[in-house]
Amino acid sequence: MTPTYFKRISLLLIPFLTLGLMACSKGDSKSQVELGNEQSILHLGNGTEISDVDPHITTGMPEYHIQMALFEGLVAKDPKTLEIIPAVAESWTVSEDGTTYTFKIRDNAKWSDGDALTAQDFVYSYHRAMMPALGNQYAYSLYILENAEAFHKGEISDFSQVGIHAIDDKTLEFKLIAPVPYFLKLLDHHSMFPVQQKTVEKFGAMDERGTKWTRAENFVGNGAYTIKEWTPNKIFIAEKNPNYWDADNVSIQQIYFYPVELATTEERMFRAGQLHMTNDVPLEKFAEYKTDAPDMLYTAPYYGTYFYRFNTENEALKDVRVRKALAMALDRKAITERVTKSGEVPAYALTPPDDYGYKALAAIEYNPEKARELLAEAGYPGGEGIPALELMYNTLESHKKIALAVQQMWKTELGVDVTLQNQEWKVYLDRERTGNFQISRAAWIGDYLDPSTFLEMFVTDGGNNKTNWGNARYDELINMAANTGDLDKRFEYFQEADQILVDEVPIIPVYYYASKHLVHPSLKGINTNVMDYKPYKYMTLVPESGAAE
Amino acid sequence: MTKFIFSRVAQAVPVIFIVITLTFFMVRAAPGGPFDADRAAPPEVIAALNAKYNLDAPLYEQFFSYLGDMLHGDLGPSFKYPGRSVNEMIAGGFPVTLELATYAILLAMLIGIPIGIVAALNTNTAKDYLPMSFAMLGICLPSFVLGPMLILIFGIWLEMLPVSGWGQTPGDKILPAITLGSTYAAYIARITRGGMLEILSQDYIRTARAKGLSTPRIVIVHALRGGITPVISFLGPAIAGLIAGSFVVESIFQIPGLGRFYIQAAFNRDYTMVLGTTIFFSVLIVIFNLLADLLLVWLNPRLRGGKS
Repeated sequence: MTPTYFKRISLLLIPFLTLGLMACSKGDSKSQVELGNEQSILHLGNGTEISDVDPHITTGMPEYHIQMALFEGLVAKDPKTLEIIPAVAESWTVSEDGTTYTFKIRDNAKWSDGDALTAQDFVYSYHRAMMPALGNQYAYSLYILENAEAFHKGEISDFSQVGIHAIDDKTLEFKLIAPVPYFLKLLDHHSMFPVQQKTVEKFGAMDERGTKWTRAENFVGNGAYTIKEWTPNKIFIAEKNPNYWDADNVSIQQIYFYPVELATTEERMFRAGQLHMTNDVPLEKFAEYKTDAPDMLYTAPYYGTYFYRFNTENEALKDVRVRKALAMALDRKAITERVTKSGEVPAYALTPPDDYGYKALAAIEYNPEKARELLAEAGYPGGEGIPALELMYNTLESHKKIALAVQQMWKTELGVDVTLQNQEWKVYLDRERTGNFQISRAAWIGDYLDPSTFLEMFVTDGGNNKTNWGNARYDELINMAANTGDLDKRFEYFQEADQILVDEVPIIPVYYYASKHLVHPSLKGINTNVMDYKPYKYMTLVPESGAAE
Repeated sequence: MTKFIFSRVAQAVPVIFIVITLTFFMVRAAPGGPFDADRAAPPEVIAALNAKYNLDAPLYEQFFSYLGDMLHGDLGPSFKYPGRSVNEMIAGGFPVTLELATYAILLAMLIGIPIGIVAALNTNTAKDYLPMSFAMLGICLPSFVLGPMLILIFGIWLEMLPVSGWGQTPGDKILPAITLGSTYAAYIARITRGGMLEILSQDYIRTARAKGLSTPRIVIVHALRGGITPVISFLGPAIAGLIAGSFVVESIFQIPGLGRFYIQAAFNRDYTMVLGTTIFFSVLIVIFNLLADLLLVWLNPRLRGGKS
C-alpha cells in the first residue's frame, strides 16, 4: 500500500510553491527606500501609534514628530544652532521691561486650504488651548500670559482679559506676567501651534475633545505638510502643502510615518531597505553599527535625564546622609560604558548641559569611601541595620539591567541590600503618584531648551515632584528665576537650585540620554542636536548615494 | 436543528453578560487610570477629562450606562485615541486580523491534513516519524521565534520578501501567514493522524480494501469524512484563538490588526477599548464554537440524536 498518489501530489506541490514564492520575491526590483528616493517619499519609523494630531490634546513624542510636519508656530528653531528663527511671524519686538511681545505675521502665511493665517487665528487657538473642558495637559505653560491661569481655572470667563490680543490681522501682541526669557522657545512647543476655527468648529464645539477635524479628509493645518492618509497602527502619510509660505524650499513631497513599536522590528526594516530613518536603535545593535557602519548611525546627547527618585518620607531615606551615601556609591561611568552603551553621558546633576548656555556646576561626587562614612554616621555602618529598601522600575529590559548594576554597586560598596521590583507601566505610575515606593526609576525630557523645564519639577508639592521633598530656598530660587529678565541672574538662581538638589539628594541623577537614529545615506539635511530637533523642510533625498547599502 | 441552535444561543447570552461584568470591574480594579502619564497632568485637567468621559460617576452607574450604550451597538469612545470610537477601531482592525487568520488557517489545513494522512498511512515508519517530529517542533516553536527567523532568512539574507507591512508591498502577507499558521499546521497534522488511525482500523475500511479499492479512493471517499471530525472540532476554537491571539505576529510584522489594539488598550487602561474588544472576541468565540458544532452534526449523523 505505497501511497504513490500522495507522492505525486507532493511532488507537484513543490514547483508550485517555489513558483509562488518566486513570483512574490523582489528579485532585482528596488527597495522601498530606493523607490522613495526616485519618487521623493521619505520613509520614517515613528515609535508607538499616535493618539491624535490635535496639538492641544496630545502629549507624546511620536505625535510631536508628525505635528512638526503639519503645523508651524510663530517661531521655529535653527536646526543647527537651535536659535530661535522666524516662522509664521516674520519679525517681533520686545518691550523694554520684557513683558510685551509684538509679532508681525507674514503676509503670505496661509492655512493649507488657502485661507490667510491671521493674528485672530492665534488668539482663537490659545483661547481654545486654555478652555478647561478641552483637557489640554500643557495649558499651564501658558500661565505666563496675563490672567491665563485665572481663565483656565474658571475664575474669569472673558478671554479678552487674557494677555493675547490681535492688534490687526497681521499683528499679535502678548502680555506676560513677568519677563520670561524662554518665552520665544516656548512658542515652538506643539501646544502653541495654531488651529483653524472654521475647521475645528465644523466638527464640534471649540472645547470638545476628540472630534473628527484631525481626520485626513477634514484636516487643515499651516505646516509644510498636510495629511494624505492615516490608518491607525499601519501608516500616516503626510504630503507637501502647496499653500505653505515657504513651500518653494520644501524638497520632499511625501513622508510616510510608520508606527513601529519594537526597535528590533524597526532595525530589520531599516536593513531591508524599508526605512530612511529609524526612531531608535536597539541596544544590542548599537555597537555593531558603530564599528561597521558609523556613517549611518546618528547619535547625540539629548535633553533628558535618567534618574532615581527617593521617597524622602521613608524611615531610612529621610536621612539625607543615607540618600547621599547611595548617590555617591554609584559608578555612573560604569553604567553608561558597560550597561547602556549607546552614547549616554554620566549625570552628576539634574539639568543636562545644553551647549548653548546653561551647564550645571553642581556635581554629586563618585566617592564610595565617603559614602561608607556617611552611611556609618547615619547609624548603618557597613549597611548593618538599615531597613529593607526596594528599587522599583517600570517593566523594560534596559531598566532592569541598570537596576541590577545599581543593586550590585550598593551591595559591594555599602553593604546595602535593595530588592528590585518591576511594575507594569500604569501600576508604576500609580505607585509613584501615591508615594507607595522607596526608590523609583524616573526620567524627564525637556520641553524646551531652558533649565526651568527640569528644575520646576521639584518645587514643594509640585505635581511631578513625587519625592515628598521640599525646600523653601529652592522654591524661592525657582520663583525668582521665573520673574527676572536678567539672564545672568537667572542662571545663577538655577545653579543654586541644582546645587540644592545635589546637597539634599531627593533624586540621584544617573545619566543624560542620547538620541540615536539609523539614517540611510540618501537622506541629507539632518543635524544632530540636543533637542533631537529635525524639521522635515530641510531634508532632501539624494538618490545617487542610495546604492551605498 | 433549530432547537439546538436556539438552546446554544440562549446559553451564550449569560456567558457574554458574565464576561462583560467581570471585565468591566476587573479593568477598573487595576491600578492606574487612562490619564496617568509620566508627566502628571494638573488635577483640574484630570477632573475635566474624568467629567468628559463620565468617569466621575459612581461605578455602578457607569456600568449600567455602558450596558445601555452597548445594547444600542455603541461601544463608546477610546480614551487613548480621542478622535476615534471603539466601534471604528474594531471595524478598522478586525478585517485585517480576519484576513490574516484566514490565510493562516487555510495554510495550516493545506499543510497539516495531508501530512497527517501520510503519517497515518505509514505508522511507525520514517514517513510517520519525520513529519510528526516536525509537527512537534512546530508546536514548540513560538511565533516570536519563528517570525524573526523567517524574516532573517527570507527578508534579509535572501531579500525575497518584505520584513513588515500589510498590503503595502507585494508579498508582505506571506511571512505573517506562515508564522501564524505553522503552529496550527502542526496541531492539525497530529490531530488528523490520530483521527485517521482510528478510522483506518475500522471494519468498513477493511471491507473497502478487500473489495480492491485504491488507497486514495479509500482515504478520500471513505476514511477522510470520519477521520477529519477531530480536526473540525479543533477548528472552531482554533479560529477564535487565531483571531484573538494574532497579537504577537501582528507586532512582529507591523500589521494593523485588532490584536495589537487589544493588547495596547490593556496597557493604556483604555477601559472602553478593552471592554469593546473583549466583548467582540467573546461573541466571536461563541459563534465559531457554534459553527464548529453544527458542522460536526452535519458530518456525523450519530450526533443528530433527536432526529433519528
